Amino acid sequence: MAPVCNFPFISIVLSMMSGIISSVLPGKWARRLTMVLLCVVIVLSGGVLAFTMQTGDSFTFAMGKFTAPWGNELRGGSLEAVLAVFFALVMLLSLIGGKQHIDTEVAESRTSLYFIMCDLMLASLLALIYTNDLFTAYVFVEINTIAACGLIMVRQIGRTYVAAARYMVMSLLGSGLFLIGLSMLYGLTGHLLMEPAQSAIVLLRGSGHYIEPLVVTVALITAGLGIKSGLYPFHSWMPETYGYSTAASSAILSGLVSKGYIILLIKIYYRVFGEKTIMYGKISNILFVFGLLGMVLGSLSAMRENDIRRMIAFSSVAQIGYIYMGLGLGTRAGVVASLFHVLCHAVAKALLFTSATGLSDVSGGYKRFYHLRGAGFRNPVAGIGFSVGALSMVGLPMFGGFISKLLFSRAAINDPNKMLPALVILAISTLLNTVYFLRTVITIYTPVHEHDQHRAFRDNPGYGIAMTFFIVLTIALGTLSQPLVDALTIGLGLFD
Amino acid sequence: MLHNLAVNHIEAAAVVLFGIGFTMLLLHQNLIKKIIGLNVMDTAVYLFLAAKGYIEGRLPPIIVDGVTDSHLYINPVPSGLVLTGIVVSVSVTALMLGLTVCLYRRYHSLDLDEILMKVKKEWM
Repeated sequence: MAPVCNFPFISIVLSMMSGIISSVLPGKWARRLTMVLLCVVIVLSGGVLAFTMQTGDSFTFAMGKFTAPWGNELRGGSLEAVLAVFFALVMLLSLIGGKQHIDTEVAESRTSLYFIMCDLMLASLLALIYTNDLFTAYVFVEINTIAACGLIMVRQIGRTYVAAARYMVMSLLGSGLFLIGLSMLYGLTGHLLMEPAQSAIVLLRGSGHYIEPLVVTVALITAGLGIKSGLYPFHSWMPETYGYSTAASSAILSGLVSKGYIILLIKIYYRVFGEKTIMYGKISNILFVFGLLGMVLGSLSAMRENDIRRMIAFSSVAQIGYIYMGLGLGTRAGVVASLFHVLCHAVAKALLFTSATGLSDVSGGYKRFYHLRGAGFRNPVAGIGFSVGALSMVGLPMFGGFISKLLFSRAAINDPNKMLPALVILAISTLLNTVYFLRTVITIYTPVHEHDQHRAFRDNPGYGIAMTFFIVLTIALGTLSQPLVDALTIGLGLFD
Repeated sequence: MLHNLAVNHIEAAAVVLFGIGFTMLLLHQNLIKKIIGLNVMDTAVYLFLAAKGYIEGRLPPIIVDGVTDSHLYINPVPSGLVLTGIVVSVSVTALMLGLTVCLYRRYHSLDLDEILMKVKKEWM
């Protein structure tokens, strides 16, 4: 076994260890440790990516002495490695960009707790990406929920407590459905590792027995992870959660946490159930409809918002809708489009949240559009960042969002039944995105003179660096997307 | 159909309990009752798993006298899953209770609707 095969395991263990060590460190050192950890994870995952692209194959890492079907395994391929690199990078940039707000909004005695939660979040995201075992996935789903709740609650104001309570309730409903779904799946297949479970399901489908329980299991797991990732009718917790927590938390939560569950769902679909089971149960059609609903209704809610952070949160509802619409197409091309959109949305949303706080900082801390007039002139970095993020979400060529919309439409064309609704809704949603994002961009570039007293912009090198990297990443996703799409396609192809 | 239900009556009971807990967690406005619902829901899953692992007439999975034939013993894996699940659900419950304490100290209420109203008023 090549030494690189140990890297996924090492990065997960390092993240958990950093969390433990951070608990006895003062806040400043905990922050430094987390930064170093994120850099190390990026390098390690980059190593895995280079290795898997070179060999063109995936590898399994058996934990302990027992091999399949009894032991516990991690699995790395190009898809997993790309996701790990991106997630760690977005988290690092969000923490750098949101540092100022973490310092002011989080009590000093709690700063180290904040970074413990970040470490645990990273560990759970990496585990969700790499794990090959269903019950391990469940445990890390719960760790993810707890860490996310900590990230919300750390800013101690009434609104975040309520947001955390609502988030927890919805999340726990989702975990409950996911857990009973897993238990039924174990009852049907007798396996918890993904590959043996898939072989058992192939046998079951061949025998024609237990087809209905299998469909129920798919439905339960889908509903559970759908609720947790904020699929349209279950999105009520999103605006509160993303709108009031500290900037770095909002960026991490909307960019990464909900995506972790979607990645897990894709893994379970393609590595456990297989395409035929998913298509048989018509689950993909349901996801398709909910995705389309989310794309339109999320955008409509975003249009009605007066608060910039809440508007971005509602736009997340629409973007999650895009991702589920791609999954609902039920083809490999659709899933690749969804995966690309996961990356693109993670970068753009983290950029938008970070720049939105930069804009409200120079507008007396207000988040309403009225006060944000001219903020783009008062804080040029945040203004440019917000415009780039907005253009990417709208789908202008040269930016990441354009490529994902292109991939979605290309995938939709192959399906005669779903082509028309997908393309029409894609167009409507793009139009709505344009309306509310460009309205905001115009607002922040509307010159006002009497508000100059708000010019409290302090030059902050960390913020500038984070924003620059975010902008470069968004443009790179839009202009150099082909190798990435290839890596995702190859990685998805290795799933069965 | 009815025969299957009779054979799997424990699983059926577990699913009914799961539904009760799920509904409580979703619909009750009182935070403590929500937490009770959460625990009913999780415990129902453990009952389901335990019922799946038990095989009528077999021995506990501990090898005595060197008999290693797996057909003599029940399946030990679900018990392990139940234990792991209990640990997870205890930590989640602790977090929810902590959150409830925070909310109660601030708003002197356990009713989520009432708390929401107070929060909105506070931010006006």
